[in-house]
Amino acid sequence: MTMPLVKTAPSVALPPATATVLRLSTPKPSFVTTKLLPALGAVATRTIPPLVMLGLILTVWQILCMKPGATLPAPSKIWSDAYDLIVDPFFVAGPQDIGLGWRVLTSLQRVAVGYGLAGVIGILLGTLVGQSVWAMRGLDPIFQVLRTISPLAWLPISLAAFRDSQPSAIFVIFITAVWPIIINTAVGIRNIPQDYRNVAAVLRLNHLEFFYKIMIPSAAPYIFTGLRIGIGLSWLAIVAAEMLTGGVGIGFFIWDAWNSSRLSDIVVALVYIGLVGFVLDRIVAGIATVVTRGTAAN
Amino acid sequence: MSGYLKIDHVDKTFTRGSQQTEVLKDITLRIDRGEYVSIIGHSGCGKSTLLNIVAGLVRATLGGVLLEEREVNEPGPDRAVVFQNHSLLPWLTVYDNVRLAVDKVFSGTKSRAERHAWTTHNLELVQMVHAKDKRPAEISGGMKQRVGLARALAMEPKVLLLDEPFGALDALTRAYLQDSVMAIHQKLRNTVLMITHDVDEAVLLSDRIVMMTNGPAARIGEVLEVPLARPRRRLEVASSPTYLKCRQRVLEFLYERHRFIEAA
Repeated sequence: MTMPLVKTAPSVALPPATATVLRLSTPKPSFVTTKLLPALGAVATRTIPPLVMLGLILTVWQILCMKPGATLPAPSKIWSDAYDLIVDPFFVAGPQDIGLGWRVLTSLQRVAVGYGLAGVIGILLGTLVGQSVWAMRGLDPIFQVLRTISPLAWLPISLAAFRDSQPSAIFVIFITAVWPIIINTAVGIRNIPQDYRNVAAVLRLNHLEFFYKIMIPSAAPYIFTGLRIGIGLSWLAIVAAEMLTGGVGIGFFIWDAWNSSRLSDIVVALVYIGLVGFVLDRIVAGIATVVTRGTAAN
Repeated sequence: MSGYLKIDHVDKTFTRGSQQTEVLKDITLRIDRGEYVSIIGHSGCGKSTLLNIVAGLVRATLGGVLLEEREVNEPGPDRAVVFQNHSLLPWLTVYDNVRLAVDKVFSGTKSRAERHAWTTHNLELVQMVHAKDKRPAEISGGMKQRVGLARALAMEPKVLLLDEPFGALDALTRAYLQDSVMAIHQKLRNTVLMITHDVDEAVLLSDRIVMMTNGPAARIGEVLEVPLARPRRRLEVASSPTYLKCRQRVLEFLYERHRFIEAA
């Protein structure tokens, strides 16, 4: 089939435009309008709603606990009772009369040791379980049983074994945090794509190179999931462990305050524990986003 | 004919429980040094399995592979693979992906500066130097495949194995990459074994085309020489009678004598 030819008009060159271009003066955008205001807006949308909610909760609390005979202290009473604890976390007024900041630091030290051990051993054991079918068959059922045991149930055993409260508390942290790290690492290792294994095989990477060049980066998102759950559990366990073992930590402070009926102090300590736990979680999450940038983007 | 790479009476049977599937049956193929050989066949005919056997990633059930008269039965950088899905490590930059291979293969023979120069040289070969600090997630599919090619070339393999390297790319990118591979082959004269399911790609790039019958128990059905002079230019070659005749032969093999029944 042939199309009929359509005759088109020859194109004509347009005369050049003669109008002059007027330059309109636009106001130069200042630093305040382009950068500062949007940034402040972003901060405000994230901070104002929680602050409003906090105000509401405190108000309700205040109303509920204001009447005489209330079993729990109202916020205003806490403020006046525990003023020194709230305003200065780092005072030292005697061997057992120190600021909550010091107590938190002592607890954090124990957590650091126990959690650090759990991280190293958890990743190594998780790698073994993830890499070897026989290790998985042998160890996985045992891990699945052990991980359900409450941290506090380990405490008598560890006290009997170590005969000292400090290593016992650390052991409880370790045994609490290690399971999610093992299990998540193992899942991460098992999920390493066959492609990466093929690349490693063609390059003839040895076991050590394969471990730190392929396995760890590839499983990093999973490992960090385990580490993040682990840090949360550690912080949960340390308070409970310190309540029983005594010493200087924040857990013992709560127990001590309860024994001397200082309810306001307990509330302040709870706020401290919550904030520190939140910060710990954010730190591990922050490290995870930096480290797994490449892997997660895939 | 001596044969640089010899695939010698290779059988492959996959066993799952009591069920046995024969994938490859009596594959024998000799490839000369510097030759470009393509293996073409319908999907599922076991051509990727054959390539994996040559790479050493899969063991043959019977028979074996000889490279320069030496048996190869495990993977190694002398048979570098460009994988279908690029297989770059996403946490490393483009440069580091190639550098990893260079560091591993030349750790004893090249100095640090030489290894850097060699990495850059291979990225230049595939024209990817401009993106050397990007991560794989930040570059296009064609670019990833070029980096995969650079990584394989950087190992200075005796045989370059290409596993449907352009299969996942759009037509324009694929043509561009085919030209790159031809230019590199022209320059370096490597021995190449390529898996493909694209008839034009096979005819344009290869010295010989190995056509495989349908599985199970796929065999080599026919081997076709492509007597086109090199360097080949896509546009000139496409209209030459030799090209068209070769193309016709492959099409006849694939669509008449060994039609893929399952696809219907």
